[in-house]
Amino acid sequence: MTDGSLAALVALGAFHGLNPGMGWLFAVARGLQERSRALVLQSLPAIAAGHAASVGAVAVLVALTRSVVAAQAVAIGGGLLLTAFGLWRLLSRRHFRWVGMKISLLQLAGWSFLMSSVHGAGLMLLPVLTSAPAPEGHDHGLGGDLSAGLFVTGVHTLAMFAVAGLIAVLVYEVVGLAVLRRAWFDLDRVWAVALVGAGAATLWTAF
Amino acid sequence: MAFWKPDPTFYASPRDAVAAPPEKLAYVAAFDRSATEPDAIAVLDVDPDSASYGEVVGWTELPFTGDELHHFGWNACSSALCPYAPHPHVERRYLIVPGLRSSRIYVIDTKEKPTSPEIVKVIEPEELADKAGYSRPHTVHCGPEGLYVTALGGAHGNDGPGGIALLDHDSFEVRGRWEVDRGPQHFAYDAWWHIAHDVLVTSEWGTPSMVEDGVVGELLLGRKYGHALHFWDLRKRKHVQTVDLGDEHQMVLELRPAHDPTKQYGFVGVVVSVEDLSASVWVWHRDGDAWAAKKVITIPAEPADAADLPPVIQPFGAVPPLVTDIDLSVDDQWLYVSCWGTGELKRYDVSDPFNPVEAGSVRIGGIVNRTPHPAQPDVPLAGGPQMVEVSRDGKRVYVTNSLYGSWDDQFYPDGVGAWMAKLDSTPGGFTFDERFFPNGADFRGRRPHQTRLQGGDASSDSYCYP
Repeated sequence: MTDGSLAALVALGAFHGLNPGMGWLFAVARGLQERSRALVLQSLPAIAAGHAASVGAVAVLVALTRSVVAAQAVAIGGGLLLTAFGLWRLLSRRHFRWVGMKISLLQLAGWSFLMSSVHGAGLMLLPVLTSAPAPEGHDHGLGGDLSAGLFVTGVHTLAMFAVAGLIAVLVYEVVGLAVLRRAWFDLDRVWAVALVGAGAATLWTAF
Repeated sequence: MAFWKPDPTFYASPRDAVAAPPEKLAYVAAFDRSATEPDAIAVLDVDPDSASYGEVVGWTELPFTGDELHHFGWNACSSALCPYAPHPHVERRYLIVPGLRSSRIYVIDTKEKPTSPEIVKVIEPEELADKAGYSRPHTVHCGPEGLYVTALGGAHGNDGPGGIALLDHDSFEVRGRWEVDRGPQHFAYDAWWHIAHDVLVTSEWGTPSMVEDGVVGELLLGRKYGHALHFWDLRKRKHVQTVDLGDEHQMVLELRPAHDPTKQYGFVGVVVSVEDLSASVWVWHRDGDAWAAKKVITIPAEPADAADLPPVIQPFGAVPPLVTDIDLSVDDQWLYVSCWGTGELKRYDVSDPFNPVEAGSVRIGGIVNRTPHPAQPDVPLAGGPQMVEVSRDGKRVYVTNSLYGSWDDQFYPDGVGAWMAKLDSTPGGFTFDERFFPNGADFRGRRPHQTRLQGGDASSDSYCYP
């Protein structure tokens, strides 16, 4: 893993953490509802766990696929898929399913997993996952790719968790939710553009 | 997806919404009882600094006749900021306007030309019937995942049950019936929620055959109209509990849950008790794991000479107050109660919801009193305070005088007229604004019903954050 891809991983993690729709806002809401900072803090690991599961699933899938298919084919296939997904996110009209406010930490983790998955959080990491050196031998490569996938998931989630946690505590303790009116930028569009960009980058590195 | 930042009319909490700027326009549903002219959305200038303050400055007629516009709502509101289904970059720009008699639903765009809104879509009764199994759409609420529209009647020849239809909030197509399990619920009227507790509440009026030709005396005295509240699991869409207020309490109408999302109580008005013609307001609340309701306000009937009464109530020798609408200020401190029969608008301090304290009252119209508006003190008025709407800052209260076409005709048989009034509400006073009194020909022969304020009002938005 190069320094560049490590930085990209951390940056993408921070970007995901920044998005209110990825969970920090839910943590703040839960805390406000019960007037409890502890509830804000309890919610964050559950949200991070759901995010990690979503991202990790993609990382492991890429690793397993790369161990049996040529790395370049995975990169090209993944890149095309990612670009298409990003365009769909950008252009389509979507709806979220109703989840509700009164949910357990386990359900919160599930919500975070779904939210991250439908937003393609893991897919956004494809360029990093596919730019790793291609495996040399079948057995050796599988283990190597798997641990690389877990490493990617861990670093990314840590960055996401740190940023989401910082924002959640800041908003809960200091800033207040009125900030949403001024600072809740439409990250969905930025997000979709980032997906398309990641798809293009994956294709670029494949050739 | 028109904004980079959230719609400026969305507020995370009721505390923030109270600081919203004053509205400049009000939208009022106006219908033609004879069904010969189209109904309309009237646009009122409510900016006191404007030269046309208090005048009808816009008028959008519908393409059909006989819709009977009644209640309506916005396509999106502050609930869009809710954390579990956030889509803060939709716009509050469309009014969703049901025809209570025709079962048509209009989507009307207020953005490009706020004083002459444009009809952009018409949902035909067949779509509502085929996809949701309902007719006579009534209340509209903006939820995080779509639009909730209550409906009084069934479809395809079924009088009931009424219920809730879900509408897509982008395409405005009917997505289907909301209820997965309606339990014993059959009558419908209003619905609202404790959004942060995943609780929905519904109330009961009657099915179309019970209301469309006027109140039916035998049904009323036989205690056949609705008299219960229903509590639902908002996530699972399942009926949880019925709270029966007692069958003497006929017609349980407007639901006003506390805006504070940490609270689980609300107010509901009962039109009439068949035992003494009184009206009442109840508070619903948690009682352990269950729901309960308690009568907290009783408004007695006023004795009257039978000669002054319309045939429908002549035998009783008294005017029933007929509480047909109530409204709760966004700060949950003040409750406004319309007595459409006696012609009185009451204000209560409900900072302790279980012990409301009357804190002001004005008289206007009324079956017997016919109290004039102070702007025209020589003109007796028919109709009474009916739909009441409160500005987000709680300082201005708007009221219109028509209840429902056929019921207007029964209780005000010599003509209900048409008027709208505004009151200034401060902790110390509750008085008419003498500069604001659109009436009579201003409404072009139509009867005014619900008011919606530009940017939102006390009964349009719900909040996920305290």
